[in-house]
Amino acid sequence: MSTPSPKGRLTRDEVAHLAHLSRLAVSDEELELFAGQLAAVLDAVAQVGKADVADVAPTTHAVPMTNVMRPDVARPSLPRDVVLAGAPAAEDDRFRVPRILGEEA
Amino acid sequence: MSDTLVDFDEVLTRYEPVIGLETHVELGTASKMFCGCSTTFGAEPNTQTCPVCLGLPGSLPVVNAEAIESTIRIGLALGCRIASWSRFARKNYFYPDIPKGFQTSQYDEPLCTAGHLDVELDGETYRVEIERVHIEEDTGKNLHVGGSTGRIHGADHSLVDYNRAGIPLVEIVTRPIPGAGAKAPEVARAYVTELREILLALGVSEVRMEQGNLRSDVNTSLAPIGSLDWGTRTETKNVNSLRSVERSVRFEMRRQAAVLDAGERVVQETRHFHEDTGSTSSGRSKEEATDYRYFPEPDLVPIAPDEEWIEKLRAALPELPAARRARLREEWGLSDTEMAWIVNAGALGLVSDTVAAGATPADARKWWLGELARRANDSGVELTELAVTPEQVAELAGLVAAGTVNDQLARQALDGVLAGEGDPAAVVESRGLAVMGDSDELVAAVEAAIEGNPDVAEKVRSGKVQAIGALVGAVMKTTRGKADAATVKRMLEERLVSG
Amino acid sequence: MSADLTASTAADLSTALQAGDLSSVEVTRAYLDRIAATDGTIGAYLHVDAEAALQSAEAVDAARAKGEELGPLAGVPMALKDVVVTEGVPTTSGSKILEGWRPPYDATLAARLKAAGTVLLGKTNMDEFAMGSSTENSAYKVTRNPWDTDRIPGGSSGGSSAAVAGGLAPWAIGTDTGGSIRQPAAVTGLVGHKPTYGSVSRYGLIAFSSSLDQAGPMTRTVLDAALLHEAIAGHDPLDSTSIDSPVPVLAESARRGAEGDLAGLRVGVVTELGGDGHTDGYEPGVLARVAEAIALLEGMGAEVRQISCPAFDLALPAYYLIAPSEASSNLARFDGVRYGLRAGDDGSRDLDEVMALTREQGFGPEVKRRIILGTYALSSGYYDAYYGQAQKVRTLITRDFTSAWDDVDVLVSPTSPTVAWSIGSRVDDPIAMYAADLCTLPASLAGVPAISVPCGLSEGLPVGFQIMAPALADDRCYRVAAALEAAQDAARGHALLAGMATKENAPS
Repeated sequence: MSTPSPKGRLTRDEVAHLAHLSRLAVSDEELELFAGQLAAVLDAVAQVGKADVADVAPTTHAVPMTNVMRPDVARPSLPRDVVLAGAPAAEDDRFRVPRILGEEA
Repeated sequence: MSDTLVDFDEVLTRYEPVIGLETHVELGTASKMFCGCSTTFGAEPNTQTCPVCLGLPGSLPVVNAEAIESTIRIGLALGCRIASWSRFARKNYFYPDIPKGFQTSQYDEPLCTAGHLDVELDGETYRVEIERVHIEEDTGKNLHVGGSTGRIHGADHSLVDYNRAGIPLVEIVTRPIPGAGAKAPEVARAYVTELREILLALGVSEVRMEQGNLRSDVNTSLAPIGSLDWGTRTETKNVNSLRSVERSVRFEMRRQAAVLDAGERVVQETRHFHEDTGSTSSGRSKEEATDYRYFPEPDLVPIAPDEEWIEKLRAALPELPAARRARLREEWGLSDTEMAWIVNAGALGLVSDTVAAGATPADARKWWLGELARRANDSGVELTELAVTPEQVAELAGLVAAGTVNDQLARQALDGVLAGEGDPAAVVESRGLAVMGDSDELVAAVEAAIEGNPDVAEKVRSGKVQAIGALVGAVMKTTRGKADAATVKRMLEERLVSG
Repeated sequence: MSADLTASTAADLSTALQAGDLSSVEVTRAYLDRIAATDGTIGAYLHVDAEAALQSAEAVDAARAKGEELGPLAGVPMALKDVVVTEGVPTTSGSKILEGWRPPYDATLAARLKAAGTVLLGKTNMDEFAMGSSTENSAYKVTRNPWDTDRIPGGSSGGSSAAVAGGLAPWAIGTDTGGSIRQPAAVTGLVGHKPTYGSVSRYGLIAFSSSLDQAGPMTRTVLDAALLHEAIAGHDPLDSTSIDSPVPVLAESARRGAEGDLAGLRVGVVTELGGDGHTDGYEPGVLARVAEAIALLEGMGAEVRQISCPAFDLALPAYYLIAPSEASSNLARFDGVRYGLRAGDDGSRDLDEVMALTREQGFGPEVKRRIILGTYALSSGYYDAYYGQAQKVRTLITRDFTSAWDDVDVLVSPTSPTVAWSIGSRVDDPIAMYAADLCTLPASLAGVPAISVPCGLSEGLPVGFQIMAPALADDRCYRVAAALEAAQDAARGHALLAGMATKENAPS
């Protein structure tokens, strides 16, 4: 684990990388603004590092639960016209998207 | 772009291959992993979707109990440790075929770990260690439009169908498999073959590879012989036939050897296998390493199988293929090699069912590996696709054993069965294929043969007994094969050979 | 029955409707009229469909006329925060990325309220994707506090708080991730309850932070809150985190609480939330009202003691790691492929570029900030130090609660350190904005129930009093809140809201 410095710095380049990972085409002005604001926020949130959490398990639910499952029963799906009604673009009963670059799946 | 390849045998003089497989299996549940949509194959696009599997805002997943049990059963069949605490995780990345912007999968808390699968190959056993078995969801399907080949490159745009999105998908990951040497390609194939048999025996999936029910990512690396390191691996994605698994390893070994021979480094990347050429090509590795930002799925609670649940599932496991083969081999009195032929022909179930229907193991084996295999081969179909049932084959064998038909007539009867004329006995009846007994008609045919071939008859009388074959043949011809050759021979001998 | 239907409690409306003294159309029209008259100023609603509301109201009236058996809430109007998915009714979560989306399904709570015969007036404004404490992050409009229209109505459920406080709905549903029901209720003089995590279905709530989000009531009285809560609570097989156990009796607890007997109740005042040595950032007026409320509880027989919960000091940093992390993943589905906005698809750009442009144009700055922060906190190499560590801090906070429950029945604190601030005064300072959630975050992180109930005014603006209880003991929140409300109303001579001095809603 690489430990962030106590003063969690986020450079402009890092913010740009994170924005790309998040698929946000942020503008240069936003990059500048966010880098500054996020540095301040990171300073604040980095305080969690002060807690002594040796042997502490993470919490996720107020009432611990396990094995919530449903029986394997098929139920009606939505009608296709309803499914495609909200689509920004559709063609041949499918959702249409611009050409995909990147890895072939 | 064509790769330089080293001759396969030559590869092994300098390098030791290590392989590994990640196999994805679509489970045969009635409904999807996290919602009630049907999983039926081949439905009209986007007709098996709902708010959950479309990732509509606000929708939430609920785990399919059957999928969890199937995963645990696969784990048990592979000798895995079943986790007492297991969680789902979100694998975050953007792609149009994943409707939520993440795939719900498992990360560091899978359901099953540390198993193995023994693979038999030419009398040797290779133990494949299983790293983990986990459950996740399948993606939708992208259709690429506008390119010349229907491939992604050069396409103008793509169309997405989410029917497949959310179908339960089990991933079975092996540990690296070293030490197979020249057998590495075959071991890879044999592993997937055996895994498929197990999945079929468990009844958890139809495992129809042509429908993409089972797809393997095949890892291959080469290390110089004697090296302590394992070399850089490539991952050939979504290989979806047994033959292709073997060919992809073979190709990668030959390609990587050429790269290493040239003093270059193998690039760690995903590659794609091409059925037509038997080659792989680079999957255009992304310029940045993917960071999936896994974290525990907060919309689902942990799966914590207790001992009672696991033991109940274990007790209900069917006989597994290896045990079944051993038992049948014993019962049928076959050698390992004979058994292997049956298995390799994909005829084990057919032979077994034929024996169960009353045929002797020898007859059942003879029919399926002989005449029926020939017919299947001639028509270019699988044995299981022939229009004849094990029961009908057993009946046919019974007719031969009873002397009702001879082998040649039996083949004619089979023609009738395959043509849909009914069961063998009915075909024998309707086509009039029954063997002639010691009847007047046969006596007349025998005497006609002697009279019609006086020279041959004389040879036989004078002691050239082997010449009798020509007379038998003549009788068979006049009776159009319906006579029993042995009977005919006996009758000729009675008349020509003083005894 | 108040002469002004739009100042009435929902419980009174329910009684009058059941008695036949009032028709649903009458009350629905009264609210629609008031919305038409004043929402231009208040800006509580993103969507109002008067025709649909009147149709539902007519249907209830017709059913009642035919003698059909109806539930107690049948015919009572209500409003839903726009984070609640409603079939055929526009649902945006306050974001441009969902503009125009008409969902093909109902959230479980929307379906339950529909089945109960309530009449949907409209969908209320909110901070985009519930990220904010002032509703200024809405992509659509500013919502104003009816007490002072230059001030914020709290957030993120600020449309709901403004609607109910301003007489534009008798009650409303809000959602609370870090305080988004309680804080807006506090700054508008309402009752707002965040239920035990898992006790109200999240199915159909557009997710912000899945492990924290809960929906709950925002109302004018404690009894109303209990009634609305009962109508939406209970196990839902569509939500895997939904608790499969009976909902405690809430309205009855509120009624008993209002009798004013708290003898034997052990109340813990949380030191870390405005107590000695922890008053930085708290307005003296807020602390004074809270102290008076505590004295009132004592006067009704409660035993009060100080309780220290040291891990609460880390609630803010833990929250601002967990919520953005989960949000970064929850908001990944807004990619312009299946629904909502798509930007830049002019044939020249590939899918990745179109996705990035869509999200850039569809999300506001606060959402983008949190997505980037969450993406960072989940990145390999940082996960353990940030998200992982924060989830463990959460356990420490839960432990503080658990050990407090050994000594006390409920914990109390201010709901928010300040009264409503002026619109625009904190928008450029995320840290100052986040501080508004200081007191509400511990209960969110531990998943325990917490209610905010008015405890008077400071500088003429409402102050909220928070009561927290153990998981599944929501009834305790209602009991104590009702006692406090009754005692204060009695001392004041009227409900706090009735004292609101605005042009539209003069005290009666």
